[in-house]
Amino acid sequence: MAKSDDEILEKLATQDYEYGFVTDIDMEIAKVGLNEDTIRFISGKKEEPEWMLEWRLKGYLSYQKLQMPTWQYFEMPPIDFQGISYYAAPKTKKKFESLDEVDPELLATFAKLGIPLNEQKQLAGVAVDAVFDSVSVATTYKGKLKELGIIFCSMSEAIREHPDLVRKYLGSVVPHTDNIFSALNGAVFSDGSFVYIPKGVRCPMELSTYFRINTENTGQFERTLIIADEGSYVSYLEGCTAPQRDENQLHAAVVEMIALDNAEIKYSTVQNWYPGDKEGKGGIYNFVTKRGACRGVNSKISWTQVETGSAITWKYPSVILQGDNSVGEFYSVAVTKNKQIADTGTKMTHIGRNTRSRIISKGISAGNGQNSYRGLVSLGTKADNSRNFTQCDSLLIGDRCGAHTFPYIESKNPTAKLEHEATTSKIGEDQIFYLNQRGIDTEQAVALIVNGYAREVLDNLPMEFAVEAQKLLSLTLEGSVG
Amino acid sequence: MLSIRNLHANVAGKEILKGINLEVGAGEVHAIMGPNGSGKSSLASVLAGREEYEVTEGEVIFNGKDLLDMAPEIRAREGVFLAFQYPVEIPGVSNINFLKTAVNDVRGHHGLPPLTPKEFLQLTREKQKLVEFDAKLVNRSLNEGFSGGEKKRNEILQLAMLEPKLSILDETDSGLDIDALRIVSAGVNKLRSKDNAFVLITHYQRLLNYIVPDFVHVLWNGKIIKTGTKELALELEEKGYDWLKQESVALDN
Repeated sequence: MAKSDDEILEKLATQDYEYGFVTDIDMEIAKVGLNEDTIRFISGKKEEPEWMLEWRLKGYLSYQKLQMPTWQYFEMPPIDFQGISYYAAPKTKKKFESLDEVDPELLATFAKLGIPLNEQKQLAGVAVDAVFDSVSVATTYKGKLKELGIIFCSMSEAIREHPDLVRKYLGSVVPHTDNIFSALNGAVFSDGSFVYIPKGVRCPMELSTYFRINTENTGQFERTLIIADEGSYVSYLEGCTAPQRDENQLHAAVVEMIALDNAEIKYSTVQNWYPGDKEGKGGIYNFVTKRGACRGVNSKISWTQVETGSAITWKYPSVILQGDNSVGEFYSVAVTKNKQIADTGTKMTHIGRNTRSRIISKGISAGNGQNSYRGLVSLGTKADNSRNFTQCDSLLIGDRCGAHTFPYIESKNPTAKLEHEATTSKIGEDQIFYLNQRGIDTEQAVALIVNGYAREVLDNLPMEFAVEAQKLLSLTLEGSVG
Repeated sequence: MLSIRNLHANVAGKEILKGINLEVGAGEVHAIMGPNGSGKSSLASVLAGREEYEVTEGEVIFNGKDLLDMAPEIRAREGVFLAFQYPVEIPGVSNINFLKTAVNDVRGHHGLPPLTPKEFLQLTREKQKLVEFDAKLVNRSLNEGFSGGEKKRNEILQLAMLEPKLSILDETDSGLDIDALRIVSAGVNKLRSKDNAFVLITHYQRLLNYIVPDFVHVLWNGKIIKTGTKELALELEEKGYDWLKQESVALDN
C-alpha cells in the first residue's frame, strides 16, 4: 500500500538529483571576495580590451549603489557577496584548437550529463557550447554554422573576435542599473554564449548551451547575448546542473536577446540546478535576468522554461515589444518540492502598435514547496490595438505547499485588449484512483497527470528537450504523493 | 472466480456494507439492483480498493488470492476492472498514451513484454471497432470534454483493451440514450466469454434486456436480500422494491 511520507522524502532527497557528482580537476580559482581588483583579475585572465574592463567597472559601480530586491514573495536569504570566489577555470590551455586538447575529465563530465562533445557522438541537429564553471570548454558544429555566417561561440571569444557586435548590443536590453544581480553579472561575468544570425538566415540546427557549476564556494555568472538580424530565425536551448553541496551557491546570469525586423528567436530552458536536500540545506540560488527586445517590426521572441531545480528561483524572462506587430510569448512550468521556492513569471512591455503577447504559466507545488507567479503586462500610449492573453494555473500536491499569483496589469491605451485566466487545483484523489484502477501505480499516475497538466508548455519545447523535460518532471515529483 | 464472504465496510465511520455474500463464477453475468443508497456503488468501490472505504469484517477471494490485501493497481493488474459511474477527466493526458501505459503495466504484471507501438496501434484499432468507439476520441485528452455517453463508451473501450477477468459496471447505463445503450451493450456482449465474468450494477431493468444476466441480486441496506434470475428484474420493474424491503424487515425480526 502507500509508502510512508518519511520513506518517500528520503527517496526524494537521496535519489532524485542524478547530477550531484563532482569532477576532480585542477582548477584556477580567484581569491574570495569582490572589489575592483577582482574585476581587473577576471578581465586580465580573459585578455580583454580596455573598453570591456571599463564596462565591467561601470557594472561594479552600479552594483555598489543598488540594494537587494524586497518585493519577492519569500524571505531573501543573506548572500555574502564577499564570501564567494568569482572566477574558477580548469587549468588547461586557454584556447582549444580541437576537442583532442580538451581535458578528458571534462569531456567525461559532459558525457555523463548526456552532452557528448566528441565529434563522432555529437547530438545530431544540436550545436552545443559547454560552459564549465567560469569558462566555455567547447563549442560543437562551429564550422558548419560558419558557412552560413552564423556566429556561435563563447562570450570571451566574441569580445575578442566580434567586438563591434558586442559593443553595440551588450547591455542594451539589460543595463547594469536594472537590478543588483544584473549589475554584479556585468562586473564579474566570466563567460557565456554569443549568437549572431545574419540577415535572412534560418539557423538549421538547435543551438544549445550547457552550464555546469563544479567548484565549491564559487558563483556562476554567465552572460548570453543573442542577436537575430532581419528576417532570421534561431532556436536556442539552455540546460544546467550542479553538484550536491551543503552550501548554497549563487547563479546570477544575464541573457539578452535582440530580434530585428521580421526575425524570430525561440529560447528554451530546462533548469535543473541542484535544489538542496529535504531540509532545504544547500542548493543553488538562481537569480537570473532574462530579457528580449523585439526591436524590429513583425519580430517575435518566445521563452519556454521548465524550472525544476534550484533552492530559490528568481527569474522573469521578459519581452519588450518595440516593433509594430511584434509578438512576445512566455511558456513556463515551475515545480517546487521539499523546501524549494520559485518566484517566477514575466514582463511583457507593449510599446509598438498591434503588439501581442501570450503568457502560459503552470506552477506545480509539492512537499513544502512555494510557487509564485509574478507577471507585469504593461501597454504604453502608442501600443494601439495591442493584446495580451495570460493564463496562470497552479497545481497543488499535498497540503503543505503553497501557490501564489501576483499578476499586474498597467494599460495606458484604451484600445488594448487584455485577458487573464487563473485556476488553482489540487491533484485529484479521484484522478489518481482512476489511473490506479487501470493498473497504473500512484507515482506513474502523478507523472501522467502532471505531464498532462504541463503539456501546453512542454509542446513548445524542441523534440529532444521535450522528452528530457517529461522525464525530469516525472523524476522530480517521484514520491511526492503518499 | 470471486468469492465475497460476510463483507462489512464503513465509510466515514458509517457502516454501509453489512454482511455481503456473493459468489461469481467464470462465464457468469450477475446484475446487482437496488434502490438509491442501498450500497451498490459502495460494493464496487470496496472491490476496486477505494481508500475511503474501510473493510471491518469479512473477506474477498479473487482467483484464490486475498483481494483486500492488494493495492488498487495490483487488483487491476490481476484482472479486476471497474467501469466508473462518473469517469474523471484528466486534461492533457492523451487517451492513447494512457491506454498504452495501462495495457503495458498489466502485461508487465503477467511477465509479458510491452507491446511494440505497431502491435499496440493494431490492438487499439481492433478493439475500437469492436466496441464502435469513435476513432477521433482516441487521440483526445482522457475524457476531457467528452459527453456523458462518450465517457461511458470510453470505459468500455478500456475494458476491451485490458481484457480483465472480472468487470464491474457501475451504472454504466445511466445517462445513456437508447442508441448509446445498445452500442455499449453490444460491446459487452462481444467481450463476454467463458473465462470472464461481469457484475452489472444498475437501477433499471432496461439494461438487462440487452445484457442478459444469469443472476439478479437485490441489495438493500448493505445486504443482498434477494437473489433470482432475469425474471426477478422484470418483477422489480413492475412492483418496485418496497415488497422486498418489507419481506426483509419481517425476516430480520
